[in-house]
Amino acid sequence: MNLTLPNRYQVIRGVKTSLTHLFLLTVAATCLFPLFWMVRSSLMSNQTIFTDKSLVPAQMYFHNYVTAWTQGNFGIYFLNSVIYTVSVVVGIVLVSSLAAYAFSRLQFWGKNAFFYMFIAAMMIPLPGSFVPLTVLMNKLHLVNTRLGYILCMINVGLSLSILLFKTFFDKIPSDLEDSARIDGCSKLGIWWHVALPLARPAIAVVVIFNALNVWNEYILATLLLSDKALMPLQRGLMVFQGSHSVDYPVLMAGLTIAAAPIIIVYLFMQDQIVKGALRERSSITEFL
Amino acid sequence: MSKRSALAGFKVNFENFLFVLPAVAIFAVFYIYPFYEIFNLSLHEWNGISLTKQFIGFDNFRELFQDAVWWFSMKNALYITFIALTFQNVLAFALAMACDREIRLKGFYRMIFFIPPVLSEIVVGLIWSWILNAGQQGGEPIGLLNFALDRFGFPNLVHNWLSDPKTALTCIAVVHSWKGFGWGFVIFLAGFQTIDRQLYEAAKVDGAGFWDSFWNVTIPMMLPVIMVVIILTILGSMQAFVLILSMVGQGLVYHTEVPVTRILFAMTGSSRFGYACTMGVTFGGILIVVSYFLNLMSKRMKQA
Repeated sequence: MNLTLPNRYQVIRGVKTSLTHLFLLTVAATCLFPLFWMVRSSLMSNQTIFTDKSLVPAQMYFHNYVTAWTQGNFGIYFLNSVIYTVSVVVGIVLVSSLAAYAFSRLQFWGKNAFFYMFIAAMMIPLPGSFVPLTVLMNKLHLVNTRLGYILCMINVGLSLSILLFKTFFDKIPSDLEDSARIDGCSKLGIWWHVALPLARPAIAVVVIFNALNVWNEYILATLLLSDKALMPLQRGLMVFQGSHSVDYPVLMAGLTIAAAPIIIVYLFMQDQIVKGALRERSSITEFL
Repeated sequence: MSKRSALAGFKVNFENFLFVLPAVAIFAVFYIYPFYEIFNLSLHEWNGISLTKQFIGFDNFRELFQDAVWWFSMKNALYITFIALTFQNVLAFALAMACDREIRLKGFYRMIFFIPPVLSEIVVGLIWSWILNAGQQGGEPIGLLNFALDRFGFPNLVHNWLSDPKTALTCIAVVHSWKGFGWGFVIFLAGFQTIDRQLYEAAKVDGAGFWDSFWNVTIPMMLPVIMVVIILTILGSMQAFVLILSMVGQGLVYHTEVPVTRILFAMTGSSRFGYACTMGVTFGGILIVVSYFLNLMSKRMKQA
């Protein structure tokens, strides 16, 4: 065993590494603490929440979650969020992979013009586009309908999803598709049976990115849905928070209900999420 | 070309076009039409209900140019963006640099730092407004921050964080940075991984210290990535508004207004749909010009 004292170089390096970890751990704690405080506050009673500031309350009121789910309407909001997320994501995967397949493999007039139209839409910031969109939805009588909100959200995710699918299709060789064609498979059949199963990694990124986007969306849900039975979680949280006397433990339970699925999915798929996020950000600037 | 093959060509063309038709149809209705309509409405005075819209030319734009509240809201957005550009991005850069070495728990840190970005602005805003709550119960502060200040010997710092015009915007900007630094972190970290390690070795051989190689290797090599993060931060922070709604409520709160909340309230509050669109067009134009010039700059830098 080496019992000699560490030399000066080792000491300096050790101190440096410790300081780096101290810095990183402090920031990590700052990231986690508000979430911990949310969960902790959701387990307090209506009285103790204002007086008791201990980190772990002596008595935990899990009943707040039942109250939030039933009386707070969060059960309905949660179900709505699930419905919107699933329908929008399925819609986007089908519509955008179909279009991207054609942009990558097939020939038709105006192909490049159509493709760059989608890409341009991704780069042009249009703050306040919710104003004409609301007017349009009123005209089409799609306000306060699930279909209206779902179609709007499909449109929001379309451009980036088409780009992600197209870059993926461009990279994979078309050998399998060629042999399928020789076997007499139709173009639509090739897309469904050959291209789409091969595109599984791209599908994963598109699904995750759009699911996060829909689950967290707020402004269109506010402008298009005023019926409580149709509201998703983010909208429901603001309705609950805006009521005259806020029941804080129940609000915190509602926040936990809204945040938990996202955090759980993130912890399981963080690699794809971070990669998808990077891809998203880089594609916004790369065409500018 | 014979008539027959021309016809066949047309058929194939049409068949292939059917693949993009669903996407194009949705896009035409929900993007192209509103895109046209925002320009069209910006030239009208309309309350959103009446059947006739009054064409007023560029009057809305003239009014906007003299609208003090609008330019004040622009100043607020610039302030939030400034905090995000400095505090948030410097923090993200430092964290990425700290993680870009042989260091334990690298994956753990990355996992934690990207949690705030995946949460919704509503969730983040409501959690933080609970922590910053300024209420009192039996002489004791309700909010955690005020409670901690009171308990640890700074009772004179107990403050009405989100109602006081002096602190509200800074609180919003800091929470915005808290939610956003994870983005910068992952982009910077990916950028660091593309730097050739031999450059650092060479600098060391030449006798360069930490700051020498920081200024002469790290910064020049990272410039394109830094520019990307700057552009994304500007575009994102100038348009941030849901976080503000969730932190200070949905009413008109003058001192925390940003351009997008002005647009929202012009529509939902004062029913001036045309004016709301004028704001949208103007603000969008400003953002496009700014990002165009920044992009031009970053391309110049790449060539240099």
